[in-house]
Amino acid sequence: MITLNVNGKSHELDVSPDMPLLWALRDMLHLTGTKFGCGMALCGACTVDLDGQPIRSCVTPVVEVSNKKITTIEAIGQTSSGAKVQKAWLDLEVIQCGYCQSGQIMSASALLAANPHPSDTDIDKAMAGNICRCGTYHRIRAAIKQAAQSNVKGA
Amino acid sequence: MSMGLERWLNSTEAGAESTAEGGVPRRTFLKLSAAAGGGLLLSFILPRIIWNSEATGATTAEVFAPNAFIRIGRDSRVTLIMPYVEMGQGTDTSIPMLIAEELEVDLRQVTLEAAPPDDRQYANPIFQFQVTGASASVRAAWEPLRRAGATARTMLVSAAAQTWNVDMTSCRAEKGEVVHVPSGRRLTYGSLVETVATLPMPDHVALKDPKDFTLIGTSAKRLDAPDKVNGKAQFGIDVKVPGMKIATVAACPVFGGKLANVDDSKAKAIKGVHQVVRLDNAVAVIADHMWAAEQGLAALDIQWDEGPNATVSSADIVQQLESASLGPGVIAYEDGDVAKAMAGAVKKVEAVYQMPFLAYATMEPMNCTVHVRKDGCEVWVGSQVLARAQATAAEVTGLPLDKVQVHNQSLGGGFGRRLEVDVIAQAVQIAKQVNGPVKVVWTREEDIQHDKYRPYYYDRIAAGLDEQGMPIAWSHRISGSSVIARWFPPAFKNGLDPDAVGGEAEEFPYKLPNRLVEYVRQEPPGIPTGFWRGVGPTHNVFVVESFIDELAAVTKKDPLAYRRDLLSKSPRAKAVLELAAEKAGWGQPLPEGQGRGLSVQFVFGSYVAQVAEVEVAKSGEVRVTRVVCAVDCGMVVNPDTVRAQMEGGIMFGLTAALFNEITLKDGRVEQSNFDDYRMLRINEAPAVEVYLVKSAEAPGGIGEPGTTALAPALTNAIFAATGKRIRKLPVNRVELHSA
Repeated sequence: MITLNVNGKSHELDVSPDMPLLWALRDMLHLTGTKFGCGMALCGACTVDLDGQPIRSCVTPVVEVSNKKITTIEAIGQTSSGAKVQKAWLDLEVIQCGYCQSGQIMSASALLAANPHPSDTDIDKAMAGNICRCGTYHRIRAAIKQAAQSNVKGA
Repeated sequence: MSMGLERWLNSTEAGAESTAEGGVPRRTFLKLSAAAGGGLLLSFILPRIIWNSEATGATTAEVFAPNAFIRIGRDSRVTLIMPYVEMGQGTDTSIPMLIAEELEVDLRQVTLEAAPPDDRQYANPIFQFQVTGASASVRAAWEPLRRAGATARTMLVSAAAQTWNVDMTSCRAEKGEVVHVPSGRRLTYGSLVETVATLPMPDHVALKDPKDFTLIGTSAKRLDAPDKVNGKAQFGIDVKVPGMKIATVAACPVFGGKLANVDDSKAKAIKGVHQVVRLDNAVAVIADHMWAAEQGLAALDIQWDEGPNATVSSADIVQQLESASLGPGVIAYEDGDVAKAMAGAVKKVEAVYQMPFLAYATMEPMNCTVHVRKDGCEVWVGSQVLARAQATAAEVTGLPLDKVQVHNQSLGGGFGRRLEVDVIAQAVQIAKQVNGPVKVVWTREEDIQHDKYRPYYYDRIAAGLDEQGMPIAWSHRISGSSVIARWFPPAFKNGLDPDAVGGEAEEFPYKLPNRLVEYVRQEPPGIPTGFWRGVGPTHNVFVVESFIDELAAVTKKDPLAYRRDLLSKSPRAKAVLELAAEKAGWGQPLPEGQGRGLSVQFVFGSYVAQVAEVEVAKSGEVRVTRVVCAVDCGMVVNPDTVRAQMEGGIMFGLTAALFNEITLKDGRVEQSNFDDYRMLRINEAPAVEVYLVKSAEAPGGIGEPGTTALAPALTNAIFAATGKRIRKLPVNRVELHSA
């Protein structure tokens, strides 16, 4: 039995310890906001938050995250940085097809939680692991900057 | 799809649009009736820009075959049932805007319902033709949707006037109500629907003057966005049906190969694996979850019968294309006497251009959920061709069409990949052997290696110049596989693929007295090719705009001035070109190793010009710092959507031009995931500026032109920076190495 703490709820799962967290979330807990894109940590669509760190759930065995605090796109809006990012995403109409955007928002929220006023270089570094095939990159950059503006300078 | 193909399709169908123009009363194409469950139902026809009747009879004036419906409920809610699907291009917002504008309702009052191909109330043969593609949705819907809205609005006003016993002209519609202006009395649309149903349909209705538009032309917020920031939006891959199993699949890595034998004993021992399904050319593992299915697949010992394509390589394919391109082609366009003009030219310039196979790599990997029962079949999928999906499931199961239900889902990227039904056919074949519903999910590797690929094109192009260096003869021979011949055979006539020559036939923007365009069909053995974003024009615009740049260079003229001189017959093309050049600061000096390049085009009914700015390092690394894009797509429905499509289209084109090619070795695709088929990332994305030209012309398409214009702007900029002409994509860094 593996215990997963997802979005503040505890779940007991009868799965093999090496099962990637992505499939536990999607196929066992039916939290389908976290997306499958590549299975090799190349595209970032599967990004979730683990104790404040963005991780690629497609290459993270459940055993490694057992009993740790996992937050997914379904609950990131309950965090301060997550809510700001979601709002900026809507304000600037970042989204096109939307498939990669769960991962983009998770990476952006983690960035802002750790660094309230990221530079362009910081944004490149934090977001380069997330592919968007629709090419929404420069709106993503603008939205992160807008979300950061609502952070009080020096905070 | 290209304009050439559209024109062909439109000219051969006795379609609603052309018949209506021929004098048949409009109401033949608009019908009003009571809606099931109360309210009013307005049925009408959206013309098919790209899709023709499939062998059976086309729509005629005698047969009213609507494919779109507007329902106004007693609660005043407006529901639009339409055949287009959202795949990121903003259709779910722009199409309702058209109806809301004329109907005088708030955009939020309009609810969208996907057209269900099986629904009895709306069942209709025309669903056979549901296609979302070709940058065509707004173009097709522009007139009929506004007309339907205006008709409903006129009748609602008329019903209110009748109720109050006042003159119609003293009433007006606003925000879902009719107001009697002198008295201030109001009636909601919902309270009028019963009366409207008893009124005759007006012969003529007045469409709003564009200057009175309050919604069209504004950047209305995307209606699909809120659910896409919180994980709620459901894509095909997210479907959950009670009792559903998950499957993943491996098809023979060689195209055209078959499954010879498979030992599944190890796979079946894996916890969570239920079943191994054998198809003619593939094996699927059915499991409780994707992890077990993937592990099961890896544990299979499979023997393939690789068939006749087992030794095919990219080199063979290119060699075959090169040979084929020497022979004469089918004439796609001919004007003047090219041979004579060429013979009389002061100078002749010739070049060969090549473009690789490309994969779509939609972010949502291919997937399809199917439940086959004895008496019916249900399919859950994100598709650009719903009716074809339904027909495919019916064919594979042997069930009648009305026993197949297709539930369309949001598309995690389309780009043309979801115009294909290969995944649906495969999933239904698998589901036939499974008890209960099954969701078939392809891995990324399966997705890249079993795609439909953008054709490899091999083009020979030549021009004869006069004393001033201006072209007086032009000959372009395009060689490649035909997507049309596979996807829509009736449109492949006399050896000509009208899409493959798109952008280089009638749409050619330049004034040039003698021009010949030929097409040679050469199919690569076994490799299926498809409609990749920008389709034919993606390749033709690259060749034409690169070659025009070559001619300017040979003549030692500024590429902007050279083009401008050739654009006298196309003021809209000239205007976007000048706008893009001005905004980009064309002519202003740049440091060494940097350059600007431009392109201009008329495709999908829209004019687009782009200026790319690049920096080429001594190592050959190319960095695109800025792209300026000017667009004249006629009347703009939603300016922000147009900008977004240009921005995204530019990144899509840039990814391909810089990085992408699908190659074959031993009959297999060599690339497999985002490590060897890589995508542009945020740190590589240039700044993009989009400028819209105000226009009163009918709307043009916007989904694809952003992509088609990019590659030549990029490579022309590389030429400006380095003096090296790129005639083969993707850009080869080794060739640009100058240290």
